[in-house]
Amino acid sequence: MSIVLPSLSGEKSETFTAVSKFSAPVRRPVEPLGRYFLAHASRTLRGHTWSEFEKLEAEKNVKQIEENEDDDLGDEQQSEELLAHDPREWKSADLYAVLGLSHLRWKATEDQIRRAHRKQVLQHHPDKKSASGGLDQDGFFKIIQKAFDVMLDTTKRQQYDSVDTNADVKPPALKSSYDFFEAWGPVFASEARFSKKQPVPLLGSSDAPKDEVDNFYSFWGKFDSWKTFEFKDEDVPDDTANRDHKRYIERKNISNRKKLKQEDNKRLIDLVERAFSEDPRIKQFKEAAKKEKERKKWERDSGSREAAEAAAAKKAAEEEAAKKAAEEAANAKANSKKAKEAAKAAKKKNKRSIRGSVKDVDYFGDAAKADVIEADVDALIERFDDVQLSTYAAKVKDANADAVKTAFTEAVAELSGAGKIDTAILKYFV
Amino acid sequence: MSAVIGITFGNTSSSIAVATQDGKVDVIANPDGDRAIPSALSYVGSDEYHGVQAEHQLVRNAKNTIINFRDFIGKSFDEAETAAPYHVGAPAVKTADGKIAYDIVRDGNNELITVDEISKRHFKQLKDAAEDYIGKEIEGVVLTVPTDFNEHQRQQLTSIATDAGLKVLQLINEPSAALLAHLSADEDRLLQDKIYVVADFGGVRSDAAVISVRGGVLTILATAHEYGLGGDKLDEALAEYFAKEFEKKTKVNPRTNARSIAKLKAESIVVKKTLSNVQTSTCSIESLAEGLDFHTSINRLRYELAARQPLSEMTSFVEKAVAKAGLDNLDIDEVLLVGGASHTPKLASNIQFIFPETTTVVAPALDPKALNPTELVARGAALQASLIESFDEDEIKESLQPIVVNTQHLTKPIGIKDAEGNFQSILVAETAYPIKRSIQVTNGESASVVVELYEGKRTIKETVVEAEPVSDEDSEDDYSDDEPEVKKELVYEAGSKLAELTLKDLKPNSKLEVTVNITQNGTLHLSGRELKQGSVAVKGEITSA
Repeated sequence: MSIVLPSLSGEKSETFTAVSKFSAPVRRPVEPLGRYFLAHASRTLRGHTWSEFEKLEAEKNVKQIEENEDDDLGDEQQSEELLAHDPREWKSADLYAVLGLSHLRWKATEDQIRRAHRKQVLQHHPDKKSASGGLDQDGFFKIIQKAFDVMLDTTKRQQYDSVDTNADVKPPALKSSYDFFEAWGPVFASEARFSKKQPVPLLGSSDAPKDEVDNFYSFWGKFDSWKTFEFKDEDVPDDTANRDHKRYIERKNISNRKKLKQEDNKRLIDLVERAFSEDPRIKQFKEAAKKEKERKKWERDSGSREAAEAAAAKKAAEEEAAKKAAEEAANAKANSKKAKEAAKAAKKKNKRSIRGSVKDVDYFGDAAKADVIEADVDALIERFDDVQLSTYAAKVKDANADAVKTAFTEAVAELSGAGKIDTAILKYFV
Repeated sequence: MSAVIGITFGNTSSSIAVATQDGKVDVIANPDGDRAIPSALSYVGSDEYHGVQAEHQLVRNAKNTIINFRDFIGKSFDEAETAAPYHVGAPAVKTADGKIAYDIVRDGNNELITVDEISKRHFKQLKDAAEDYIGKEIEGVVLTVPTDFNEHQRQQLTSIATDAGLKVLQLINEPSAALLAHLSADEDRLLQDKIYVVADFGGVRSDAAVISVRGGVLTILATAHEYGLGGDKLDEALAEYFAKEFEKKTKVNPRTNARSIAKLKAESIVVKKTLSNVQTSTCSIESLAEGLDFHTSINRLRYELAARQPLSEMTSFVEKAVAKAGLDNLDIDEVLLVGGASHTPKLASNIQFIFPETTTVVAPALDPKALNPTELVARGAALQASLIESFDEDEIKESLQPIVVNTQHLTKPIGIKDAEGNFQSILVAETAYPIKRSIQVTNGESASVVVELYEGKRTIKETVVEAEPVSDEDSEDDYSDDEPEVKKELVYEAGSKLAELTLKDLKPNSKLEVTVNITQNGTLHLSGRELKQGSVAVKGEITSA
């Protein structure tokens, strides 16, 4: 049963309040023994905090687990097919799977092989099999022993590893889409084990520098493989009876090995070429090189380019100026026409108002002489220039009869003074 | 099997032990087959006897038999109680430079053997025995020392062991070693926070230590020592009883003759050991005095009566140690009995009697699964030896620096108050810094709760146990005990409030975790959080006064 906390009474804004200090500690020596003291000492000396210490402890645990994992070695179950494999055809069996090491393959150490073998023997020994009923079931056991012989002999193991295609990582299918590095990385990592020269440069990632990539392809271009194909040999008969036949087989084996080796080299070369052609980094480098070249060229003919630019600029400026001038002329033309029209309209208006002004003041009380007055006004208006027209229009506008009459008499005096009018034609304003 | 061993070097007997690969400990027997090897050497003619064989010489050749010399290491003649009545065998003499030596006759010549020399010879014997058993050279040894050994004595002991060809990895205190052996017997025990009394009843001295175990780290709270009190006192009491019996039968006083006394004592030891296992034992001594044989039988009860005085002294000695630590018997969770005399059933039951029922007394008489008390110390030393085996000298030295060893300890328990207002301790008193503990709690039905951090206040709750109604017919005759039984119980109550922390918006009955963490520099961090993904902890810190 867990402890129930008291419920909160009343509202509290703060989540934490320190109320008082706790009692002063007392310094005592702890007994320097036991593993918890060692932990305490390491915490104090190395300054590990609790969590760091726990972390270190946790790391230790992980290591132990890893060690324990190794105990499962050789616990793999062989397939029915493999168990029923004909021991005479043992070479065609997957020898690593036979030992239950198919997850490790060429990486298996000798110790691991021994341990795995011991487990397999325990399980598949003919004595065990016959105890459980079956008789004459030592076929698989024979294969186990053969496999063990091969695995423990370094030369034989190399020969087997050379032809162990199960351990190979296949290159990506041609007409499929894949990530170049994800697909090809494991292929090269797997092929690398055959190199006589170690370590082998690996594919790397997309941001690898150029010299690394170049190094990679140059290494793989002249890859020196230790692969041998003795394992594929046809068994040489050891009867001495037919020596010719024996030699024939031997010769055949040698030529076969040579052929296989050539094929394999070709395969590898093709592989590397294909990878090279697909490598996005190579494309990038090519593009980068092209750009670089262009840039250099650009720089090289910078002189002539500048002259051309200057000429173009000049031409453009001229064109601009011409265009501007044309525009201004057009504007001016349009403006003058408008002004003329406005002046005409104003003139008309002034004329009308002058003409109307006499009528407005009832012809100065002489309505009988209206015709004469109007004829005089018309004659005056005809002889006014633009300025006089607007002046008199302003004078007669809304004026009383006397003012209008004096305005007209002034106008007559001014016009006659200027010699513009012959007072004889006037009948009223004299 | 590792080549590092643990040696416990006692006044009366020594033991050697080695830890095996699977974490068990083998206590090594010497060529005589003894696991508790008497710390005795005897010289007859040109021969040197060791162990039980030397002890046997006490009867016939006491002048040339050296025993009980451990406590003299590193002491001058004037400092040491060489004349104490419990010192038997060759008498100690003062050397020219004021040290202690033994004057013995070897091969017709007088020889002066210093304490250092005799200890060295003893160590060599132990080393040979261990090497015979392991089949390898001994690479290192963890030695145990009593808690009252001073720095000079420790250095002296180290140099003696080095002279004997033993590389001393570490010196550890006897009671702590014994407790370590006891705690390591069961993995859970080491992590239980308890207070122990380790009472070591040796041959000629008794030591007690009050040790708190907190998170596997041991801290000695108090120690007590009593010289002269030990198994020899029990032997003497028994010998005195036999002497009286003999006198009654034959009218001859066996106490006048040194040889008779030695014979009586040797037989008493055998009888004492027998009575620890069975109810009755016979005692027969040929030609005890004046050519008269002595034959009698004795039962355990009579022995216990005869040895009542030393047994009650031992019991009160334990109480004294508890009082020295400023504690009450109620505070003690377990009493671990160590040393040969701990086999005595009466001693164990006496000690159990003075402690409350909640206290466990670990002794073979009460708990058949208990480890042999004579071997506990050596076992602890062997465990420690196997632990530090992989470290090099500097690392060990570094971890024994005062800065590591001297640590702040919490003086009062710290805990929280639950819904009923009871104090629930999270950190117990006497825990070494740094500490980190968390407990799981729940909020019950309320949506927001408060975590109130308190310091615990020690109170003793007394409850009166009602006398059981007596149903027997004839009980009327018995006078009934009028005084009702009072049951005492140690309870911690909430004392001063330290801090408060609130947790809000909780679903009913959700799991909460309250963590209290005191860092090396003494800052207390309190945090509370809901045990679910992504919950945010509420935190705060306080300091000590």
